[in-house]
Amino acid sequence: MSCEPWQCAEIASTKKANVIQKPEIAVAMMKKAQRPLLIVGSNVTERWMEGKQAIDYIIDLANASKIPVVATAHMVGEFIKRGYTPAAFWNAMEISQRVCDPTWMGLDGKGHPDLVIYVGMPYYMEALILAGLKHFAPDLKTMTIDNMYHVHASWSFPNATLEEWAANLKVMTSKFSGGN
Amino acid sequence: MVHHDFCLRNLGRFKKIVIWITGKPLQRFFNLTSKNVHVKIDEMKTNAGLIKNLELSIGKVINDNYAEPMGPTPMPSVTALRDWDMKLLTKYKPFYMPDCDSCCLCTFGKCDLTAGKRGACGLDIAAQSSRIVMIACAIGASCHSAHSRHLVHHLIEKYGRRYPLDIGGLNVKVEAPVTRLVTGIKPETLGDLDDVLAYVEEQVTQILATAHTGQESCNLDFESKAFHIGMCDHVGMEVGDIAQISTLGYPKADPEAPLVKLGIASVERSKPVVMCIGHNVVPSVGIIDYAKEKKVDDKIEVVGLCCTAHDMTRYYNRARIVGPISWELRFIRAGLADVVVLDEQCIRTDVAEEAAKVNTPVIAASEKNCVGFKNRTNDSTDAIVEDLVSGKVKGVLILDPEKVGEVAVRVAQAVAPMRKRKNVLPSVEEVVAIAKTCTQCKQCQRNCPQDYAIPAALKAAAAGDLSKLTDLYEVCIGCGRCESACPQGIMIHSLIVKAGEKSMYCEDNLCRSGRGAVSDVEIRNVGSPIVLGEIPGIVAIVGCSNYPKGGKDVYDIAREFASRRYIVVLSGCSAMSAGSYRNSEGKTLYEEFPGGFEAGGVSNVGSCVANSHIAGAAIKVANIFAKRPLRGNYEEIADYIHNRLGAVGLAWGAYSQKAAAIGAGFWRLGVPVVVGPHGSKYRRMLLGRKEDPSNWNVLDARTGETVNVGPAPEHLFNVAETKEECIVQIAKLCFRPNDTWKGRAGKLSHYIDLHKRYMGVMPNDVHLYVRTMADVPITLKDEIGKILEANNWKETVIPDPTLLPRMVRKMK
Repeated sequence: MSCEPWQCAEIASTKKANVIQKPEIAVAMMKKAQRPLLIVGSNVTERWMEGKQAIDYIIDLANASKIPVVATAHMVGEFIKRGYTPAAFWNAMEISQRVCDPTWMGLDGKGHPDLVIYVGMPYYMEALILAGLKHFAPDLKTMTIDNMYHVHASWSFPNATLEEWAANLKVMTSKFSGGN
Repeated sequence: MVHHDFCLRNLGRFKKIVIWITGKPLQRFFNLTSKNVHVKIDEMKTNAGLIKNLELSIGKVINDNYAEPMGPTPMPSVTALRDWDMKLLTKYKPFYMPDCDSCCLCTFGKCDLTAGKRGACGLDIAAQSSRIVMIACAIGASCHSAHSRHLVHHLIEKYGRRYPLDIGGLNVKVEAPVTRLVTGIKPETLGDLDDVLAYVEEQVTQILATAHTGQESCNLDFESKAFHIGMCDHVGMEVGDIAQISTLGYPKADPEAPLVKLGIASVERSKPVVMCIGHNVVPSVGIIDYAKEKKVDDKIEVVGLCCTAHDMTRYYNRARIVGPISWELRFIRAGLADVVVLDEQCIRTDVAEEAAKVNTPVIAASEKNCVGFKNRTNDSTDAIVEDLVSGKVKGVLILDPEKVGEVAVRVAQAVAPMRKRKNVLPSVEEVVAIAKTCTQCKQCQRNCPQDYAIPAALKAAAAGDLSKLTDLYEVCIGCGRCESACPQGIMIHSLIVKAGEKSMYCEDNLCRSGRGAVSDVEIRNVGSPIVLGEIPGIVAIVGCSNYPKGGKDVYDIAREFASRRYIVVLSGCSAMSAGSYRNSEGKTLYEEFPGGFEAGGVSNVGSCVANSHIAGAAIKVANIFAKRPLRGNYEEIADYIHNRLGAVGLAWGAYSQKAAAIGAGFWRLGVPVVVGPHGSKYRRMLLGRKEDPSNWNVLDARTGETVNVGPAPEHLFNVAETKEECIVQIAKLCFRPNDTWKGRAGKLSHYIDLHKRYMGVMPNDVHLYVRTMADVPITLKDEIGKILEANNWKETVIPDPTLLPRMVRKMK
């Protein structure tokens, strides 16, 4: 599919996300970032790909990349059930308000994130949060690794099928030294 | 306060007539454009001579029966409470999420406001975002107050200006807490409500004026104005509801208001069905009265959708509630309505087209929604009935509610045998055949507000498996956007309804009819345990049905808190959704729990305008239990509520501007509001930063010392992404600085228990809510003790909390 917002009415944007054409590009940006943060929303337990839930792919990626994960909604329990302990759990608005604030010193108090990666929130909600960051944290790089194009991010994959998404996540995981 | 409208024939026996203007605020009552006092003197002999045929019209004479002294801010102007707003906005900072990068409200634009750019008028995106919030709140407030204005006009015309207000007899002496608090008026008659509404209407005008290009420029001032119009909205709603409660025989602050039928299966489909949609009960009253007068009320079904349904059942408990706004399409397409009557607010704008498909005539009954129909108000009833029954016209506009009543009943009776429940739902075989035409382009899913997997459901249906479509029936909000987007023209919603038909015809549940206000007695009973924290909180579940995953979430949330002996209050479409499910014993929520404003009670206050009673209950706790002065004393009461009353509002399916206005009214009272994920589209949250101690300082009114009380409550407006998170967030937002040890320990127990159950782990901020070791629940002492130690916790005092320096009794 073309680079149109997944939900058709979400088009009111003058500055549109750069398209991630290949998963390797996303991996390169993750590796380049000094203090990346992965924020994971509630839809990751609702999407199934090849018999696995999206959260399982995200855990694989987090383990491989060592990028700290913030679980939103009630996802912390879902991560722990699967043997992965996220770096933090937070309400989606609360963590987004903090990453929007350049004086916030990150989860470890050592510095503000330089790349914030979103995945798995309700599309419209993630779109709004990314819009907030685009406007009020213009120096912050944002990325989504969903299979839906998010116009307000700095970088986004285009719309893709679940199968393509699974393939992209697996490639990304494999490109980190901790990946298979 | 009584405004006399009188005619004096023997004025000469008075030696002196003095009209007192008792101070600046009351000058507002002497509005000479309002003909509220008319003095006519036929003949009077005085020392000065003989006066004949003198007529004198003046604004009003105040017969002030309201003994309480006037507080500092009666009828506050747009800026009168700005300082209070700024205190809240300093604590709870706006987090903006612009839905649109540009502003297109004037011809300078469109202006791109992205990331620091300013528009041609100089406005930045923060101000633009808050401006949109304020405009939404103003639309909502105008909607409620216009509804109330219509009610008050109509009821005054019918019952007279002097008709006394009575919303609960001797059990409700504080009859209009919001009105008294905001305006300083103690309304006693229908006529008194005129003045109250005039104030609200002026404020709506003032607020909307500030949205003009080149007016207000500061985002925080726009926020303050949103709070202001939200406060006014609650006044407007209260006026409407106390007017209809007083005149229409509704339940009056009755915890045992009758249980009424809810759901499509509760409708006797063998009878002609009149279906009313909207929020204004007046045309429905006309229908019910006519049916009763002609003794056909047991031969027809009068059913309602959305808040009109609540108010119909408050008037007539044989009326049926079909369901929330999202049931409109399914009910019409299923052919269940023989005539549709539209009043105002929350009506699908394509009802007339949908009704035409099933040969159902439509009557538009409100100036606010004329539907393009010819105005037949002055035509003979016979002629209108004939035109509608014959199908010569698809719909009519009738602005006389009594005529609406006669036409609707007669048309339903005549049309029902001809229509024979004509519907547009396909057969099961047709569903399968139609589903096969789907090309899996995914436009339906991409246009579905919920992003539901409709293509997958259609694919399964094409293979003969309708189960996925049936699942969608349970969670679909019935907007029909999927159909509009389908390039194949598949009537997807009809397919979903057909697949869910069996379930639809089993929807036979119960809702408690709207009880109206909370009585003074109930407030006295719960005031102390609420303020001390022994009742862990008040959970007000209000608003619309734009749920992310169906109405069951509302039932689950309400039941969770009622079972834990929180006070649960519902209204509007949420009250219907909560009544639409049953427990393992087959009982609905309203059968399982008592209807009182009490620990473990589940009350339905009523329709949209009845939301004012929830704010009113909070205000009455401050006034009746804590004896805080009420009249024109907004800041002090809000300060009390914010710091002491563990109340939280939840609008899980909020969609409308009215919901925004209702929320804003609670924000100004300092009551936190949670919305479901779709509520993020209000585009602005009001968030505290729990890790910043400077955010959480209050003054101890006993000493004047600054005390850090922790993040209680943490936010003023926030989204919960899932039901599970929502439940936990509500429990946390019930903390207040004033909680006693026992109260805080109880609240902590619930918070921790819910967090563990729904989030799967211990909360990570417990240490912020422990002030002394006595706050710690006994059963959790060891577990929490370790957390306190790890976080370098220090004991603090429990103050007499206030944000207002003037409330400090003794400065140290």
